[in-house]
Amino acid sequence: MRIAIDHRTAYRFTEPQARIIQMLRMRPCDTRTQTVIEWRVDVDCDARLRRSEDGFGNEVTMLYAEGRIEALELRVTGEVLTLESDGIVADAPEPLPPMLYLRETPRTAPGEVLAKFAREAVSGIEDRVERLRRLNTALHARFKAAPPTPDQGETVQDSFLRKTLTPRDRAQIFAAAARCCGVPARYVSGYRQREGSACAPHAWAEAHVPDLGWLSFDPEAGAIADESYVRVAVALDATGAAPISGQRVGAGDEELDVDVQVEQLGAES
Amino acid sequence: MAAAKAFDEIWGHGGPDAPRAEFAALAEWIASTPPEELARRQQSAEATFRQLGITFAVYGESEAAERIIPFDIVPRVFLPGEWKRLSEGLVQRVDAINAFLEDIYSGDQRIVKEGIIPPELIYLNEQFRPEVNGIRPPHGIWAHICGIDLVRTGPDDFFVLEDNARTPSGVSYMLENREAMIRLCPELFREFRVAAVDSYSDLLLETMRSVTPGPGKSRPVCVVLTPGHFNSAYYEHSFLADSMGIELVEAADLVVDDDIVWMQTIAGRVQVDVIYRRIDDDFLDPLTFRPDSLLGVPGLISAYRAGNVAIINAPGNGIADDKAIYSYMPEIVRFYSGGEAKLPNVETYRCREPDALQYTLDNLDQLVVKLVDGSGGYGMLVGPTATKEMIEAFRAALIAEPHRYIAQPTLALSTVPTMSEKGVAPRHVDFRPFVLTGSHGVQVVPGGLTRVALREGSLVVNSSQGGGTKDSFVLMEDVPQGQSQGDGGMQQTQVGS
Repeated sequence: MRIAIDHRTAYRFTEPQARIIQMLRMRPCDTRTQTVIEWRVDVDCDARLRRSEDGFGNEVTMLYAEGRIEALELRVTGEVLTLESDGIVADAPEPLPPMLYLRETPRTAPGEVLAKFAREAVSGIEDRVERLRRLNTALHARFKAAPPTPDQGETVQDSFLRKTLTPRDRAQIFAAAARCCGVPARYVSGYRQREGSACAPHAWAEAHVPDLGWLSFDPEAGAIADESYVRVAVALDATGAAPISGQRVGAGDEELDVDVQVEQLGAES
Repeated sequence: MAAAKAFDEIWGHGGPDAPRAEFAALAEWIASTPPEELARRQQSAEATFRQLGITFAVYGESEAAERIIPFDIVPRVFLPGEWKRLSEGLVQRVDAINAFLEDIYSGDQRIVKEGIIPPELIYLNEQFRPEVNGIRPPHGIWAHICGIDLVRTGPDDFFVLEDNARTPSGVSYMLENREAMIRLCPELFREFRVAAVDSYSDLLLETMRSVTPGPGKSRPVCVVLTPGHFNSAYYEHSFLADSMGIELVEAADLVVDDDIVWMQTIAGRVQVDVIYRRIDDDFLDPLTFRPDSLLGVPGLISAYRAGNVAIINAPGNGIADDKAIYSYMPEIVRFYSGGEAKLPNVETYRCREPDALQYTLDNLDQLVVKLVDGSGGYGMLVGPTATKEMIEAFRAALIAEPHRYIAQPTLALSTVPTMSEKGVAPRHVDFRPFVLTGSHGVQVVPGGLTRVALREGSLVVNSSQGGGTKDSFVLMEDVPQGQSQGDGGMQQTQVGS
């Protein structure tokens, strides 16, 4: 599938900012079933962009801007070719061993309620893939989908008490629950092509199974991440894989406007 | 109790009237100086420390008192041969620590792949920081400043208690104690050839400059980064910056632009090459570590990853001085140096292993039990002196979370004559020498921080638990008259090749 992405993030400040620094994890990498054909990160003011990688192997772009900044628009555009993968993620950069992804973080410490839920969801099942499927289905069924919101750093213990969840909350819960069952799991940020309008980046999870490797699960869809997904960054939780984390120097408030278009190109071919 | 059979470093096993032969003169000085005169000098030193503000905070006390650490006027003394052997062990150990950090963060993780260390001890350890995985610091040096905590049980029997490879503190005590001793007991320095420690600042600055990123810059900019004046070690931060003649900065003084760290000065921006940070990893860069940190510099880790700044000590070093990893240090030294560790560990039971846990539970009243991630004497059980309630509390904690604990036998720690209410009496000590690693090699500063348990029989030397400090003399070899004294007894080896 050929997928085009146009992701705009516009900040408007009530007072001019002296300096803005942002760490962007908005550049996908190639895997066996995902090829980046074209990718651009543009910014509408005088800013310096520097590319590097983080400790998890994600592509990182640092953005540095100075001056009297009243507004800032980031535009990420690109085209990615994806292949059917059966949910298996192969040949991604893996600088860290799967075991590391058994770690809890402050946001993903499961707490008793979630741990019990996870154990019950998989009880009596031996096969690791089947256990993960059950967990995915259970998390899909338990919550309604909520429209995306800016990340306020909520923990999985708090999210789990809600009736509706953003993809971010649900992906973090999946990772925490899988770890409770002894399975290395991680948070994934990226995009999902879907009929109708996608208006935010998407998030799902990956879990590690010996002999198969990393398998993707989207607990919002209750399915694996298929060829309609573009995988961008992974980490232990949403904070570690945040598309944008930044700081600004200046008074006042900010208004944030996000627009994401994810389209399938040449669908008829 | 351990006190009865302990080796006294001055008096040997014979007591004040039969000191070790090499220390007859010092024993004579102790015996002949009136106790009230020793007490007067000690009070004078402490008054100076109070005035300078060399204080520390006692955690867990409601009034968060800032106290000075008591100072003891009787020095602790190392003979040249003792020091030489000790230094060789320290150099070997610090070389191994650097090799280990390089291997796990930017190498092939050979030590895991070859089965020397179980992978979960590294990858499931909070002290292994994935955020800095893959970064090779300038000149490949991680642990520029190490404080290796040692205990002693006999003339040449030293054991490493703990490696401090993050931001070991206490060096200001080493320097201030020496200054006080020179002022208050000048006769000792006439009598003994004591290696100087006051070159520490020069050595530290030289170490910092030696790891400047990129091709040789003639005047690299080095700074000390402090969390601020409310920090209990602020005195040390400002003292070190002052004595090195470099800027003491807080996070707000630094900005990162274009992957380069800049210091804002009245004259404009200056590029910073080397940062001696006294801020924990967690707070160093809110974009990489804790997002709520106000003490850190946003983007610092990006500049570091780009190779544009050296951070002393490297972020992520906690994995090397973690107590769970500590028990593997003999294997780590053997693995990287190819030889046996010259400085042994204290025998350590890893409670994560069922047999060790059982042994620990069966012998709680004999052992010292420590939290793997604790420090400063908190979360520690000293079996022989603990109450029944404390022992039972630790038993429950051990059963609940065995992987968080290690246990060690209570050693007959050496003693050094120390001022007490009943005159000069033996008190248990430990020792923290400071080891500097730059691109030119590893250096052991000839001196260190001696901590002393002031209470009779006590083995806990932590300042937060009633410990004090002493000056530590390293005696130099006698040199034929007219020959230069060289660099003051510094031990130096080359790193790598």
